Amino acid sequence: MRRLGGLYILAFLFVITGLMFPDSYYVTVVGVTIFTNAVLAVSLNLLMGYAGQISLGHAAFFGLGAYSSAILTSRYGVNPWLAMLAGLALSGTVSWVLARPILKLKGHYLAMATLGMGIIIHIFFVQADWLTGGPDGLSGIPGITVFGWPVNTDLRWYWVFGVLMLFCIWVSLNIVDSRPGRALAAVHGSEVAAQMTGVDTASVKAQIFVVSALLASVAGSLFAHQQAFVSPESFSFFFSIELVTMVVLGGLASTFGAVFGAVLLSLLPEFLLVFEDFEVLIYGAILMAIMIFLPDGLFVTTSRLITERLRGGEAS
Amino acid sequence: MLRAGKILIVLCAMVLLCPGRWAAAADTLKIGSFLAVTGPASFLGDPELKTLQMYIDKINAQGGIDGIKIDFVHYDTKAKAKEAKNFVNRLIKKDRVDVIIGGSTSGNTIAVMDLVERGRVPLISLAGSVKIVEPVRKWIFKTPHTDRMAAEKIFQDIKSRGITKVALITGNGGFDKSGRAQCLALAPKYGIEIVADEKYGNSDTDMTTQVAKIRATDAQAIINFGFGKAPAIVTKNIRQLGIKLPLYQSHGVASKKYIELAGEAAEGVRLPAAGLIVADLLPDSDPQKRVLLRYKHDYESKFGPVSTFGGHAYDALFMVVNAVRSCGCTDRAKIRDGIENTSGFVGTGGIFNMSPTDHLGLGLDSFRMVEIKNGNWTLVK
Repeated sequence: MRRLGGLYILAFLFVITGLMFPDSYYVTVVGVTIFTNAVLAVSLNLLMGYAGQISLGHAAFFGLGAYSSAILTSRYGVNPWLAMLAGLALSGTVSWVLARPILKLKGHYLAMATLGMGIIIHIFFVQADWLTGGPDGLSGIPGITVFGWPVNTDLRWYWVFGVLMLFCIWVSLNIVDSRPGRALAAVHGSEVAAQMTGVDTASVKAQIFVVSALLASVAGSLFAHQQAFVSPESFSFFFSIELVTMVVLGGLASTFGAVFGAVLLSLLPEFLLVFEDFEVLIYGAILMAIMIFLPDGLFVTTSRLITERLRGGEAS
Repeated sequence: MLRAGKILIVLCAMVLLCPGRWAAAADTLKIGSFLAVTGPASFLGDPELKTLQMYIDKINAQGGIDGIKIDFVHYDTKAKAKEAKNFVNRLIKKDRVDVIIGGSTSGNTIAVMDLVERGRVPLISLAGSVKIVEPVRKWIFKTPHTDRMAAEKIFQDIKSRGITKVALITGNGGFDKSGRAQCLALAPKYGIEIVADEKYGNSDTDMTTQVAKIRATDAQAIINFGFGKAPAIVTKNIRQLGIKLPLYQSHGVASKKYIELAGEAAEGVRLPAAGLIVADLLPDSDPQKRVLLRYKHDYESKFGPVSTFGGHAYDALFMVVNAVRSCGCTDRAKIRDGIENTSGFVGTGGIFNMSPTDHLGLGLDSFRMVEIKNGNWTLVK
C-alpha cells in the first residue's frame, strides 16, 4: 500500500479531474500533452534516475513508435494495434542492438553517443521522404478503437493516455522495488561495486534501456493516432532535451518527480503565453531559479521538506 | 530552505494570477491567427501579422464591421508544425475563435487541416501549396497563388519563346519540393522536356557543381524553384559560369531582397509574381491597380517596403470582413458560406471567384510575368 500509495492518489485525481471538467481545454487538450510527456519522462527516468545513465536521444524511440504506427496504418491499412506491436518490435530491436555498445560508454561520451543516435534517427525522418513524408510530415492517420469503443473525442483520448500513464508509473514503481531495480541502484552507486556483488551490469543496463525505449514507443504510437499527424520536429533533439529537463526538474530517481516535471513543463508554456514576447525569457528564468535553489529537483526537495516538517512535529 | 519556500509561493502565485483571455461578447468577431512571425519563415509571417494588426485596428477604430468589433488572437508558430498544431487546438478549443487566418507555410497549414475540419472553423491559409485546396475541404480556403500556377505560368512563357528543353534546379525545402513535383508533372502538357533535375540544400553556400552539370546538358533554359538566399546564389553561380541561357525563378523570390542579393546576375531573370511588386507599372485600366496602390501606401507609410506575403493576409482578412458583412453575423458556418461565395473580390493577389469546387478562386491571369532590368521589375508583355 505504501509503495503504490502515490499511484492511487494520482489515479484518483485523474478520474476526478476527468469527470469534473470534461469540457475544459486544460483537461482534454493540455491533459493529453501532460500524460504523453509524463510517460516519456517516467520511462527516461528509469534509465537516467535509477540506472544513472544519461540519454539525449529518448525522443527518437518516441518517434520510431509514432512513425511505425503512422506509416503502417495510413499507407498500408494495418490494424493500429498490430502497427503498435510493429513499432515496439522496431524500437526494441534498435535499442537492443545499440544498448551494449552505447552503454559501455560513460559520462560525456555516453551523452554524445545517445545524442548522435537521436540526431541520426531524426535526420532519417526528415530525409526519407518517400517513406516518412519528409519535413512536411504525414497526415491522415486513422483513430483507434479500444474493445469496440472508438476513441474519437478529446475526452476519450484523455482517458486512454491517462491509463497509459498510470500503467507506466506502475511498471516503474515495480521495477524499482524489484531485484533488477536494486541492481540498477547498485550500478548507479558504483558500477565496480555492483560487479563485485555479482550483478551483470552490462545486461542490467541494456535491459532497462530496452524497457525505457519500449514504453516511449507505445506512447509514440498512441501519439500518432491522437494527433492524426506526425512531423519530424516532434521527435527532434530539442524534445529529447526537454524530456531530460523534466526528469531533472522533478528530481532524479523519483518516479513521481518525473511526473511532476512533465506536468510543470507542459503547463508552464500554456500559462506563460499571456506574457506574449517574454514567455521564453520567463520560462528560462523559472527553470534556472529551480535548478539553482532546488538542485535536487522541485518534487524531491518539497516532499523531503514536508516529511521533515511532519517528523519534526512528532518529535516535539 | 526558507528561500526555496518563498520561491515556490511566488511561482504558485504567478500561475494563479494568470488571468487567461476573457470570453468574447456576442457582437464581436473573434479572429485567430497562427503565423511564423519568428524563425526561418519570418519573412512570411512578419509582414502578414503586421498587415492583419494594422487593418484590424483600422476597422475597429472605424466602429467595426457594421458595428461588429474584431477581437484578434495571435500565436507565433516559429514555422514549426508541432507548435502550429498546439496553437490551432488552442484557438479552436480554448479561445473559441470564429475564423482562423494562417499557416504562413504549407507545412504548418497541412499539419492542422484535419483538426480544423473536425473543429468546424473556417480557415484561410496564407501558404502556397496546391495540396491545401486540392482536394477541396469544406472549411479550408487559401489566398496565395499555388506552385502549380507558377509552374504553368513559367511553362507558358517558355513555350512562347519556342524552347523545348529545360533544366530544373531546386532546393530541399517543402516549397522547393512541391514546386519541383509540379514542374515535372506539367512539363509534358506543354511539350517540354526536363533534361536535368538538380538539387541542392537550402543552406548550401555554393551550387556551382549542380550548375556545371546543367551546363553539360543541352538545356535551353533553366528553372529554379526556391526561396530565401539559395536562389540568389544559384543565379550568381549561373552567371559566374558564363551561362547565357534564360533563367526563370519562382514567385518565392518576388521581393527586392532577391535583386539585392543576386546583384548584376539578376539582370534578365524572369519570374511569375503577383501584381503587388509591379503595382506602379500597371495600366490605369487594371482593376487591381487601385487596391494594390492603397495597400502599398498603407503598409509602407507604417512599416517600410511591402512584400506580396503581407498582401495574402490582406486578401484573407477582407474576404472574412466581406463574409461577415453579408450575413451580419459571426456564425462560423455562415461565414464559411460567405467566403465560399466570394466573387469578383479584388485583392492584392488577383480577382477572387470562389466556388464549392474552387477554394482559391484565382485564375492564371492573376500572375504577371516580370523581368528584372536595371535592378528593377518590369512587366513582360
